[in-house]
Amino acid sequence: MGTFIAIVLAAVLTNNFITVRTYGICPFLGVSKKTNSAVGMGVAVTIVMAIATAVTYPLYEYVMVPLGIEFLEIIFFIFIIAALVQMIEKVIEKLSPPLYSAMGIYLPLITTNCAVLGVCELVIGDMSSIIGQTAAAAMNTGWAVLYAVFAGLGFTLVMIIMSGLRERIGNYGEMPKAIKGFPIAMITASIICMAFNVFSYIQL
Amino acid sequence: MNKYAKITLDGLIFQNPTFMLVLGTCPTLGLISSASSAAGMGLTVVVILTLSNMLISALRKLIPNEVRIPAYIVIIATLVTLARMVLEKFVPDLYDSLGGFLALIVVNCIILGRAEAFASKHTVIESALDGVSTGLGFTAALTIMGIICEFLGSGSIFGLQIMDFTIGAFASPAGSFLVYGTCIAVFVYVMDTIERVRRERKYRPLTHESLVKEVA
Repeated sequence: MGTFIAIVLAAVLTNNFITVRTYGICPFLGVSKKTNSAVGMGVAVTIVMAIATAVTYPLYEYVMVPLGIEFLEIIFFIFIIAALVQMIEKVIEKLSPPLYSAMGIYLPLITTNCAVLGVCELVIGDMSSIIGQTAAAAMNTGWAVLYAVFAGLGFTLVMIIMSGLRERIGNYGEMPKAIKGFPIAMITASIICMAFNVFSYIQL
Repeated sequence: MNKYAKITLDGLIFQNPTFMLVLGTCPTLGLISSASSAAGMGLTVVVILTLSNMLISALRKLIPNEVRIPAYIVIIATLVTLARMVLEKFVPDLYDSLGGFLALIVVNCIILGRAEAFASKHTVIESALDGVSTGLGFTAALTIMGIICEFLGSGSIFGLQIMDFTIGAFASPAGSFLVYGTCIAVFVYVMDTIERVRRERKYRPLTHESLVKEVA
C-alpha cells in the first residue's frame, strides 16, 4: 500500500511530467488551445506510455541486462515505441472508429513525444530520489506500469488546467503582437508550475 | 547574398530553432536553470546534428522514400548512443547534469526536423553547414537563457558566485518557462522592429520624392 501511494503521489504531483520534469512540452504547448483536444491528447499519451512501459521494462530487465546489451536501450526503445504507436493506431481504427477520428491526428505524433521515451528511461533507472528508498527497492513491471499510467494522468491533468486557462485568455483579445502565441502560453505555464511547486513539500 | 551565408544566417537568426521555430523545448526548459548544462546540451546537439545531417545527406539517394523516417531514427539513435558513451567516459560531470535529457536527444524535433526539411534535399557540405549553424543557434539561445536563469536563481554564472541572492523560482521549471517565454517575446519584438525600420527606410525616399513632385 505504501508503495502504491508513493508511486501515485510522485507520478501525479511531486514529479509531474510537465511542471517538474519538463517532458512532453511540445504537445503541452501545441495541443492545449481547446479542452477537448487536450483531453484526447492526454488520454492517448497515457495509453501509449502504459503499453510502452509494459513492453520495455521486462525487455530491459529480463533480456537486455542478462545479455549485457544495455547500451542498445535507446535504439530498442525508440523502435518499440514507433511500432507500438503504429499498432495502437490500427487497433483503435478497427475497434472504435469514432475514437480514432477524434484523436487520429495526434496518434502518429506521439512517437516523438519525449514523455513516452522519458518514462521508459526513467523506470529502468534509479527511482529512489523520485518515489523514496523502500518503494524503489520494490520496483517491478507492475509498479513500473502503474507509475507510467499515473505519470500520464498527471500530464493529462496539467494539459486540462492549461487548456482551460488558454481558452479564457483567448477571449480577452488585446495583447501586444510579440507576446501572442508561445510567449503568453509559457508565462501561463510558469504560473501553473509555481502552483505545483507547493507539492514539493510532500516527502516520500 | 550567397548560398552559404544564407544557410548560416537562417540557422543562427532567421530560423533560430529555439526562438523562431520553438523546437526542442523539453531539454531547453529542463536544463536552462544552469548555464553550463545548457551550453553542454547545446554543444552535444551541435555535434549530433552535424553528423546526422551529413550522414543523411550522404545516404539520401540510397534511402527509399517510404522508410526514410525509420532510417533517420536509426541514424540519430546510433549517434545519440555513441555520444552518451563518449560523454559518460570523458565528461562524467556533464553526463550527470544532462541526466535523462541525453537519451531524449533522439526525439528532439530539431534533429529529425532538419533531416526531413534540409539534409534529405541538399549536398553534404550544405547539410553540414546547416547542422553547425542551426546547432550553434540552439546553443546560443540556451546559453543566453541559462545565464539569465542561473544568475537570478542562484546568483552565479557558469558556477561562479557573483551575487549573494537567490530567487528560488528561477531554479525550477517555473522560472525556466518565464525566462523562455520572455526571451521569445523580446526576440520577436526586436526582429519585427528591425523589419519595420528596414521597410520604412526603403519606402520613405520614394514617398518623399513623390510628395515633392506633387507639390511642385
